[in-house]
Amino acid sequence: MSTTKPTQKSYLYFPGCSLRATGKAYEESMLELFQRLEVPLEELDDWNCCGATSYMAIDEDSAFMLSARNLSLAHQAGGGRDLLAPCAACYLVLRKTQDYAQKYPSIGREVADSLKTAHLPAMNSVKVRHPLEMLYNDVGVEKLRGKVARHWHGGHIACYYGCQTVRPYSEVDKAYNPTRMDELLRAVGIPTVDYSLKTKCCGGSLTGTIHDVGIRLNYVLLKEAVRKGAQAIVTICPLCQFNLDTYQSEISKQTKEHFDIPVFYLTQLLGWAVGGDVDKLGLQRGVSGRKAIKDWMMSHEGVESYV
Amino acid sequence: MSNSNGTVRIGVYICHCGSNIGAVVNCPAVAEYAAGLPHVAVSRDYKYMCSDPGQELIIQDIREHKLDRVVVASCSPLLHEHTFREALAHAGLNSFFLQMVNIREHDSWVHSDHAAATAKAQDLVRAAVRRVVLHKPLERRQVDIDASVLVVGGGIAGIHAALTLANAGKKVYLVEREPSIGGHMAKFDKTFPTMDCAACILTPKMTQVRSHKNITLWTLSEVSQVSGYVGNYEVKVKRWPRYILEDACIGCQECIEACVFKQGKTEDEFNEKLSKRKPIYIPFPQAVPQMVLIDPDNCIQFKSGRCKKTCVEACGERKAIRFDQQEAIETIKVGAIILATGFKTFDAKRIPDYGYGVYPNVYTSLEVERLVNASGPTAGEIVLRDGSTPKAVGIIHCVGSRDERTNRHCSRVCCMYSLKLAHLIKEHTGAEVFNFYIDMRTPGKGFEEFYQQLLNEGVHMVRGRVAEVADWALDPSEEGKLVLRVEDTLAGFARRIPVDMVVLSVGLEPQEDADEVRRLFNISCSPGGFFLERHPKLAPVSTFTDGIFLAGCCQGPKDIPDTVAQAGAAAAEALALIDAGHVEMEPNTAHVIEEECSGCKTCLPMCPYSAITFKEEEHHAWINEVLCKGCGTCVAACPSGSIVQNLFEDEEIYEEIKGVLNYA
Amino acid sequence: MKFQREAVPEWPHQVKALPGCERIFSCIQCGTCSGTCPLSIYMDFTPRRIMSLLREGFRNEALSSETIWLCASCYACTAHCPQDIHITDVMYSLKREAIKNNLYPKRFPIPVLAREFYAIVKSRGRNWETLLVLRMALRSNPFILLGMVKSGWHLLRTGRLGFSGEKIRNPKELQREITIPKEAV
Repeated sequence: MSTTKPTQKSYLYFPGCSLRATGKAYEESMLELFQRLEVPLEELDDWNCCGATSYMAIDEDSAFMLSARNLSLAHQAGGGRDLLAPCAACYLVLRKTQDYAQKYPSIGREVADSLKTAHLPAMNSVKVRHPLEMLYNDVGVEKLRGKVARHWHGGHIACYYGCQTVRPYSEVDKAYNPTRMDELLRAVGIPTVDYSLKTKCCGGSLTGTIHDVGIRLNYVLLKEAVRKGAQAIVTICPLCQFNLDTYQSEISKQTKEHFDIPVFYLTQLLGWAVGGDVDKLGLQRGVSGRKAIKDWMMSHEGVESYV
Repeated sequence: MSNSNGTVRIGVYICHCGSNIGAVVNCPAVAEYAAGLPHVAVSRDYKYMCSDPGQELIIQDIREHKLDRVVVASCSPLLHEHTFREALAHAGLNSFFLQMVNIREHDSWVHSDHAAATAKAQDLVRAAVRRVVLHKPLERRQVDIDASVLVVGGGIAGIHAALTLANAGKKVYLVEREPSIGGHMAKFDKTFPTMDCAACILTPKMTQVRSHKNITLWTLSEVSQVSGYVGNYEVKVKRWPRYILEDACIGCQECIEACVFKQGKTEDEFNEKLSKRKPIYIPFPQAVPQMVLIDPDNCIQFKSGRCKKTCVEACGERKAIRFDQQEAIETIKVGAIILATGFKTFDAKRIPDYGYGVYPNVYTSLEVERLVNASGPTAGEIVLRDGSTPKAVGIIHCVGSRDERTNRHCSRVCCMYSLKLAHLIKEHTGAEVFNFYIDMRTPGKGFEEFYQQLLNEGVHMVRGRVAEVADWALDPSEEGKLVLRVEDTLAGFARRIPVDMVVLSVGLEPQEDADEVRRLFNISCSPGGFFLERHPKLAPVSTFTDGIFLAGCCQGPKDIPDTVAQAGAAAAEALALIDAGHVEMEPNTAHVIEEECSGCKTCLPMCPYSAITFKEEEHHAWINEVLCKGCGTCVAACPSGSIVQNLFEDEEIYEEIKGVLNYA
Repeated sequence: MKFQREAVPEWPHQVKALPGCERIFSCIQCGTCSGTCPLSIYMDFTPRRIMSLLREGFRNEALSSETIWLCASCYACTAHCPQDIHITDVMYSLKREAIKNNLYPKRFPIPVLAREFYAIVKSRGRNWETLLVLRMALRSNPFILLGMVKSGWHLLRTGRLGFSGEKIRNPKELQREITIPKEAV
């Protein structure tokens, strides 16, 4: 990959339910980043919820059928475009549906039948992508480096990959010790730290159901990030971001250790570094570390510090 | 071929094989049916044809009824074809006038409909009766055997096999790739379960090899080509240059001392890269041959031609150092070959969650063996990379074994050597030692007792496979340590155990080049990549290629006692082969009918045994019947049908087909 | 004491036939799954013990455990298992069987969350997080809402609290698609 490829290749975009609510900042920053990188993006029309982990827990067939509809719509949208799914759960469920429909003929048949009942064309092999891997492979580290417009003078970042993006399918990054986020951030001048808990689960929806267990898992993640010298965390999943971000003051009170660090989306940091509009990156939507975010990225110095 | 009045007299014997055949096939009915077939003079059924009385039946009948063909319907020829052929020979009839019919594996064992099975048996017998009429008398060819043996690999297996054969008076060539013999065993400190010093029990044998008049020892040598057949192998051995005259070097090692490198700069392979050596070096103090060697990749004289050559100066009068030495090819003739090429350890980097190569204080078991060894890189001190003594050590079993993603097999020795290392580490450092295992496998003599000893020494035995080795600390006691997260399945809870040093008990794998080596010798590999034995229970040291035997871990992971036993077994089998003086070849070989061969050369590349050559002047193909294994490929491939195979001639096969189909 | 009559011997074979569960009989009880699972210390049975219960046919115990609900589907166990057993898929299968047979703890928030999620997506085509949380809390343990006041406030002031949820154009079409009669497996 020595020469940069022109990224006029366009993509279909699958937001997923989270990015419209809790994960709003992810969508905003991603759209702004891709605009800066001149990557054409079209939202998949009339997409439905992917079902996440809950559908799999109730009824496997319905779970696959939800994804089948989305994949069929993506195929229908034409242009042979890849489907970009920023949310880790959406990415996994769509990938798993494709994989299992192929591996298990009984599932393949049911999916095909259900699509027929809904008068939808067959679910063909649309490539399901994730922004991390798409930025790494299609845009490339070098192109990003070339597009840097701002100089980072903020803190060190711990890259948190979470679980479902790298397991069980490892196209986005390696399952053990993934490093692509670190590479992308370093290319735009943002320093990262060695973070051995980068793929340890944040508990997902457990913070909402069994709260104490959920926040304990996040406490472990926050503590180790700080211990390794990070002043912020960056994520690629809306639920991870929410978990790590929202409960820091509660954790601080419980453990008597102080946590108040920003939890970014990768697209926010990259979007900022390539000169994106500071108001369009959702930077004001974070809960913790708001002062740090202001100082590093939204102050006059932060905004105007060109490379 | 036929008796004096031109007709043939066939004896048919239907075996019940107890109830194996008799319970499904109506043997008396088949015998009765056979009696009515053309040329059949005698037809019987009997409980156990392979027994002495059964064979006697045949012998008697041949004599009394003047039989000149015999059909035996029983089990697979693999089992008793030889038995019945001998019986015919005993009675004075050519062995190859026998035809066997398989009505067990091909009939009674695979069908449940008795009537249909009996009818099938009758069809098969009828076919055999038609075929056997056309059999020709054949003789087994005898080939002389060269009374010397090649042993490939100079570890404990190769050494033991070589000594056994040499002591029996046979000439042995021992070829070893490394600069010294000794193999992996030379790296160990103590051996389980007795804690015998490995070098103390190995080096006497190594010296014996060196001084034995019947053994030619070639180190830094590799087999490069093998041709020939059992009893008559021609082997080319490539000898890499040591850059030292073997007859002149006395092993004083003053050249090493004098080398312009004041300190070693090259990773020392023998010490598992834990220390550095100079470009002129001796692998370890007790190396055999006791000689230095020069590593041309790192020696200044080789790289630039402008070294002071203080080594040559130090060598003085002996003039043993020769920078101009070239590689040489030796050609030898041997009767049998024993492969004892050993194993390699699993590369622990393939399991990234154990942190090998990431965290400095994660070691493999072989590295720790070198640490523990008094002649190793730390003079026997078990220390961390920074030189300090560990206070807590975790030993993880089954690294790269019993794992779908790496090696499915259990490597057999790791539980024992892990216990041994636990004992040695505790002895040397007084640290708290934890062994993490899935199952504790201690089957050998004295092994379970050794485990009891360890239990009583206070080593922690935690039954649980470690999930990860990481450096994240949840509380101050874990700072600066490697934390192992594991489920203690026996106690019933998950644990976080901080240690200073982690030892990975890596499994045993076939050598890197096992596949190339096996092609060189024309043998096969088992699914895991180790060399394939002829039969897992009854022929563990021979292969499907006659004259080639296996010894030691190249055939599968095993410990030293089993290796030595197997080496002795391989030597014994090689001895049995050689002492017979000659070997008899099966006559089911193919030959070319020269007048009919058109010289198209289609058959030449087809032969998997390279038995066919082309005679240019006579313009026809020629098959070396000693190399031919009778696979039939060339027979089928020949466009003009001018290759004929004994025992499987076209007419014989057609008769058998007609017999089955009941053609007139 | 567990008597053999309490075991259901055909049950593990039924589970083995489900997609993703082919290798459950290869389990060597090494405990790597429990060792790597971030939730195992909160579970009544660790993942390894569930596999053991499964193999021996103790269906009631396995399906009534909290374990299967505490599983966050992080796939760490699946990634680490030396016998390549898809433990996460096994957990999903057990979840589904527990729900189908009404064997889950009734007001336990997690299965309630799953059921509410299912219902909302079925009727709207897309999830509405605010509604989901409300319904989940009301149907399991309303006191959860008290603990969520603070985070709810954070979401509100950062503009992430969805006051209206989105819908797909034709939810009925989706319902038709996902409730076709299934072939007998």
